[in-house]
Amino acid sequence: MGTGASQLDKDSLLKYEELTFLTKQEILLAHKKFIQLFEGKKRPPELQTSRVPKHKIITVLELQYNPFRDRICHVFSTSEMNNGSLTFEDFLDLLSAFSDSATLEIKSHYAFRIFDFDDDGTLGCGDLEKLINLLTGETEDTSLKDDKVKQLINNILEESDIDKDGTVNLSEFQHVVSRSPDFVSSFKIVL
Amino acid sequence: MDSDAVFYTDRSGIVTSNPLLDQLPSYQSLLYRRKSSNGGTKRRPSSRSRLGSSGSWKLSTVTRQEEKQRGQTLQRPIRELAKTINEKRTYKKQQDEARELSSWGQWRQSTRRYLRRLKEEAQGWFSSLKLWRGDIRLIEGMFGTGILSYFSFLRFLVMLNLIIFLIMFSFVILPIIIAPKSSGNITYSQSNGNVCSVYPSSARRGLVVFHEHLTDLLSGGGFLEDTYLFYGYYKVDKIHFAQITYSLPLAYLLATVAYMFLSLIWIVKRSATGFKQNLIQDEDRFQSFCNKIFAGWDFCITDKNAARLKRSSLLYELKTDLEEERIKQKIADRTRKERCRIYLIRLILNFFVIGVLAGCFYSIYLATIFSQEAQMKDEKGNSHIDLIIEYLPSIVITLANFINPLLFSIIINYEDYSPAFEIRFTLMRCVFMRLTSIGVLLFSLWSQITKCKEETCICGYNHVLYSCWETRVGQEMYKLTIFDFIIIAAVTLFVEFPRKMMVQYCDCGVVRWWGQQEFAIPQNVLEIVYGQTICWIGTFYCPILPAICTIKYFFIFYIKKVSLIKNCRPATRPFRASSSHFFFLGVLLIGLALACLPVTVSVAQISSSQACGPFVNYSTSWEVLPATVAQLPNGAQNLLYALSSEVFAVSFFVVTCLAMFYVIALAGAHKRVINQLREQLAMEGRDKRFLIQKLCQAQGNRAVQSKSQPQTRSRSSPSYHTSFSSNFSESVFLAHPPPHSSTHV
Repeated sequence: MGTGASQLDKDSLLKYEELTFLTKQEILLAHKKFIQLFEGKKRPPELQTSRVPKHKIITVLELQYNPFRDRICHVFSTSEMNNGSLTFEDFLDLLSAFSDSATLEIKSHYAFRIFDFDDDGTLGCGDLEKLINLLTGETEDTSLKDDKVKQLINNILEESDIDKDGTVNLSEFQHVVSRSPDFVSSFKIVL
Repeated sequence: MDSDAVFYTDRSGIVTSNPLLDQLPSYQSLLYRRKSSNGGTKRRPSSRSRLGSSGSWKLSTVTRQEEKQRGQTLQRPIRELAKTINEKRTYKKQQDEARELSSWGQWRQSTRRYLRRLKEEAQGWFSSLKLWRGDIRLIEGMFGTGILSYFSFLRFLVMLNLIIFLIMFSFVILPIIIAPKSSGNITYSQSNGNVCSVYPSSARRGLVVFHEHLTDLLSGGGFLEDTYLFYGYYKVDKIHFAQITYSLPLAYLLATVAYMFLSLIWIVKRSATGFKQNLIQDEDRFQSFCNKIFAGWDFCITDKNAARLKRSSLLYELKTDLEEERIKQKIADRTRKERCRIYLIRLILNFFVIGVLAGCFYSIYLATIFSQEAQMKDEKGNSHIDLIIEYLPSIVITLANFINPLLFSIIINYEDYSPAFEIRFTLMRCVFMRLTSIGVLLFSLWSQITKCKEETCICGYNHVLYSCWETRVGQEMYKLTIFDFIIIAAVTLFVEFPRKMMVQYCDCGVVRWWGQQEFAIPQNVLEIVYGQTICWIGTFYCPILPAICTIKYFFIFYIKKVSLIKNCRPATRPFRASSSHFFFLGVLLIGLALACLPVTVSVAQISSSQACGPFVNYSTSWEVLPATVAQLPNGAQNLLYALSSEVFAVSFFVVTCLAMFYVIALAGAHKRVINQLREQLAMEGRDKRFLIQKLCQAQGNRAVQSKSQPQTRSRSSPSYHTSFSSNFSESVFLAHPPPHSSTHV
């Protein structure tokens, strides 16, 4: 194990604890997991700058079988090249948003961004269709038929689109999610 | 110009934004992190391109907006902001610099931070103490939140039983134990030589064979009868400590009331969180599509199989729900003749179901009477036969509970309800069956106890056969509990494991049809609610029963967990965590209500036995309360009498009704306001679009006038009459003001 920047000192632990929803143990566990992703590299990783490429992040057990893993990496990544790579702090952000103690507002904010596949600030028809297909299955025989998908999208918009503009914006999404009893328990990743 | 065409694209298909639209406060709240602007080739307006093209207009508005946001977020803790850690860090630094705090202010802030950290650490420590955290997380990862809710329900019951046991122990058993040690004087109830107070000992004499000990252990008789386990042992009247006199009968009665009350409050509190969210929905649908899609995926699933199964179960659920609408349409379209036919079939089948239930109850009644009479005969026959006779009611109940769900699920197919209603109705029938069978057992027991050779019993109960009837009832409850546990363990060992073996190694047709075991959550929940109802009823007669139930549920957790992981596959029909939360606690409340009934009747109505137990000196168990109240000082007496009078009860009832009507009226008024606000929002949206369209037209006209350039605009005009029309597939495009217009810098 390297020294210096790759170790978590007490001060940064405290700072991270204050800036995220994670507890000390969770941050240390996250750190251990993150270091493991750097196995085989010669230099020890720097906490704030070293990036793990996307294809390695999605091998983490908790994300491996998640259909939204690509979107999650994109949403939490701060890289300029927009390739979905994460630093340690991005990783902590991810875990913080998905942790038990995160507020509903934070969770719904990030959920909205994850579901917004085309990054246009609203959930339009295409976003919802992609979402449904991801949830139900990717092969031909396991997905819903087109007319059923349209009916489902109609129903969703009927329930959530308040200003009737054909898309779901952030406030509408947060409103409908606050009344959804399953959301908090399902939007959770614990290491 | 199409009056409805608000947004249109220019010929090249490149979309750029209207700077005015970007300054809308509602858009500002959607600002994403990414400030870079390189989305020019995308057809849809991306946040990046919007930001890029607005130039300096953006800068001033952004800073103004950020300041406003900063003002709003001043009071919130930093981690509740949706920003990256870096941004939060800089924001915090800015905040700390901006706020020039005195040393007092700084000290206060650091104390607050320290206290918050302490509280979080305490909470973390408490939650790490929670039972079975690791196991539950494993199950969650493998099977999702639906099955998880069953196991957390089991954990809740373990805690509940433990607390009930602690109540009974500390108020009833502990004083008796510590009395000799703290020089307390125990006065036992005197037997007044009456024929009613004869209590023949049932301990075995002479050499006792080992298997007789086992029989006693399983049936609660013999050496177990005169122990702390049963009601009959507590023949204590008062315990005189140094300063106070402890009245054990009063403590016994009040502890019973306390544990019933505590269970009620704890269950209601636990269900309140889920309930609140359901109550404020203004839709009737319990499962909405948004809930299924937006909260549909359990992000905690870490197993490949589980992920695949989750997908297929989601697919099944969505298909079923979309089917529901079609079926509702079909039901509405039924002709009159068809409707009469369906109602007739339903009537016949309901009568059939009632007949089956009546038959089951009658057989339970017969079995109980036969078992009681055979036990009274006191013949030393074959001990195995004796044991079977003792357990006969339990066996009959278990058989009935096994056969009936299968029968109900076959019958419901012919009754032609919608799928969701089918599930609920079958479940209701099973719940009714399970919980009423205990009631029938108790009723038949009581009919035996209060039946004497003469017309009316001398002692109020059959003192010849049941000199200590509460202990007999306690023994029956004890036997039910033990048998329930044995059955659960035996079914897992002897049915589920071989089934798994057969499915794995043998591939014949029957085996494939039978299939692998599915973890049916409703049936499992009914099992443990049944056990809990027995525990609630039995604790009055058998004070150590909660401890036995705690241990029983403890082992059941591990049995079910192993069975789930090794044998079962998750159910194809999904069971949502939220609705299951509601269902579990609802059924538990029904069980509690049912458990209160027998205990209340026996405490208030049936004369307590005069040969054993704490209530020897009173006619019924309830009488100890009035007797104690009569010894209180006059003021307290008057107050208590006033509280229990009819006047008080009626006025309390009237006030409660008024409060309820007020709250219902308030809810109705709120609903109306919500609807009005919804309509207003839709109208505002339309207004906004109309105004923007007019603005764009005005801009376009002015640009045409000033530059006199031909503007070629091709429009694909999505119509806004409906939220979705088929040409709306490409979302909205924004008009680009001419490149050199005066509005653009």
